Amino acid sequence: MIAYALRSLAQAVVVTLAVALIAFTMFRFVGDPVASMMGQEASLADRAELAERLGLNQPVHVQFARYLRDIAQGNFGISYRQGRPVADLLAERLPATVELAVLSAAFALVAGVALGVYTAIRRTGLLANFVMSFSLIGVSLPTFLIGIGLIYVFAVELRWLPSFGRGEVVKFGWWSTGLLTESGRKSLVMPAMTLAFYQLTLIMRLVRAEMLEAMRTDYIKFARARGIPERSIWFRHALRNTMIPVTTIAGLQLGSVIAFAIVTESVFQWPGLGSLFVQAVEFVDIPVMAAYLMFVALVFVLVNLIVDLLYFVLDPRLRAGTLAAARP
Amino acid sequence: MAVETTNLPAPPSRGALRAALSRVLRSDLVYSFTRSKLTMLAGLVSLILIGASVAAPLIAPHSPYDLSTISLLDSHTPPAWIQGGESRFLLGTDDQGRDLFSIILYGTRASIFIGVCSVLVALAIGVTLGLVAGYFGGRIDMVLMRIADVQLTFPAILTALLVDGVARVLLGTHKTGGGESWILILSIGLSYWVPYARTVRSSTLVERNKEYVQAARIIGLSSRAIMFRHVLPNVTGPVFVLATINLALAILTEATLSFLGVGLPPSEPSLGTLINIGNKFLFAGEWWIVIFPSITLAALVLTVNLVGDWLRDALNPKLR
Repeated sequence: MIAYALRSLAQAVVVTLAVALIAFTMFRFVGDPVASMMGQEASLADRAELAERLGLNQPVHVQFARYLRDIAQGNFGISYRQGRPVADLLAERLPATVELAVLSAAFALVAGVALGVYTAIRRTGLLANFVMSFSLIGVSLPTFLIGIGLIYVFAVELRWLPSFGRGEVVKFGWWSTGLLTESGRKSLVMPAMTLAFYQLTLIMRLVRAEMLEAMRTDYIKFARARGIPERSIWFRHALRNTMIPVTTIAGLQLGSVIAFAIVTESVFQWPGLGSLFVQAVEFVDIPVMAAYLMFVALVFVLVNLIVDLLYFVLDPRLRAGTLAAARP
Repeated sequence: MAVETTNLPAPPSRGALRAALSRVLRSDLVYSFTRSKLTMLAGLVSLILIGASVAAPLIAPHSPYDLSTISLLDSHTPPAWIQGGESRFLLGTDDQGRDLFSIILYGTRASIFIGVCSVLVALAIGVTLGLVAGYFGGRIDMVLMRIADVQLTFPAILTALLVDGVARVLLGTHKTGGGESWILILSIGLSYWVPYARTVRSSTLVERNKEYVQAARIIGLSSRAIMFRHVLPNVTGPVFVLATINLALAILTEATLSFLGVGLPPSEPSLGTLINIGNKFLFAGEWWIVIFPSITLAALVLTVNLVGDWLRDALNPKLR
């Protein structure tokens, strides 16, 4: 297990370094950092001084090492557009995105597993069929259309929910939360639904397929023969065995959560990292783009590590080490 | 039209033509197509959409590029069947006074064009790299596949946004004319090459050990000739199925980028930019600017997806 964990860790480090290299290349070679930071009127001496201070005259590998050191210390440079440290911008926007992503992921997981089990058990039921066809829409409709649809129904026609922003937030140090005020909670509903929809349908379809497969196996028949109640067979015997692929997919899906968060945040003008990034692309604010890239890579690497280690919790065979070859 | 056929080589005889036609009609592919009503419907709708968008200059009552026919006085007109609507604007007009029906046609055209081109770009990159990785193996293979792994960790939208931002710096931000669509095509193409590369690589790994490749090597053909003229035809099948499915994805990505405001400029009609514009007027009760492009986009993506799924299942020998 330790060798396995170490290998996952090594892989994580390689990915992070590769992304850091891309971020550095963007930061250093796309556009001219000095011109972007000083504007048109700066004198030649000022320019040379800034180039010296940024270390732009040193060999490239020294610059890269310096860039890595800066990132490790949380220094992502200064936004060209806003003239503020990128790290501050990220810290300001982080709580909004984390709240949105965690809530929608939790909702998608719980509802997805529940609906997946339901549609697998009541395969021919009317409601199950309805849910299945509805999920087809979730898989194929673009996120922003779902968001616009929700806005039209719940904000324009019914006027139940606000269509943009985070509502009132409460601050705890640098963290801000919208969960403690009514307007904050109301504002969260539609973005979280939009973000959760795709994952929900995906998890649901996966759980259903895996459940159907598990229900056909011998150990389920045997459990029935032993007179174990159906409910217990569903949740304690069959569902348990669907959890490994579901965890893998849910982990891999994190990438798309981040992607859809970019879109969702733009639709609902949610003041999170995704909308910050879209603005950065629009105004070609390279330091913000590079920092966001690093942030996504770190999150992704972390989640992958956690998923890798979760296998050991979910699958006792791996812990025993008897089935080393059966590693997922 | 009929006049042009004179220059073609002698047409095949009626009998041969009929035989060929009946062979096509009796193939497994057509059989499975006619078995599924949903697929037939999807095929029909996607054909209508693609056909209408290709013929947009012929069908559309107004040209969005002909500024003399556009008047701001006509802007925000509701659809024809609603109070205040005009019969010359069937689906109403947008905020610039453009006929919505016409710009949806032109927008669908732009979306399909960009979708197809970016799939071709992704296909070219992916197939080439996959062939090289699979054929040579060793270190080249390892490096290319590691790059693919790292890229796959990032959502395609993110890659496309990054490439788009970087390309706009390198090419100058204020490109006019077709500049934006080529940047879009490039950025979407660069985001989706990995699946093609992986598919081609894995089938190349099988093919390269076969006898015909060894024979080609023995007669002294260059690696490039073997890869592209001998191996390539044998590994393209699954790739084209993948391309069909990814076409829907590429169209969606274009729409998303344009919706986010980093794709095509608002003056250039595409489904994404139209939805972006319409979204701003949703609260003013002008639902038609956003609803009609949205329906078109959803229908396009859904039907192309369904056709792609059918193609995948129909050509997959394991499912027969």
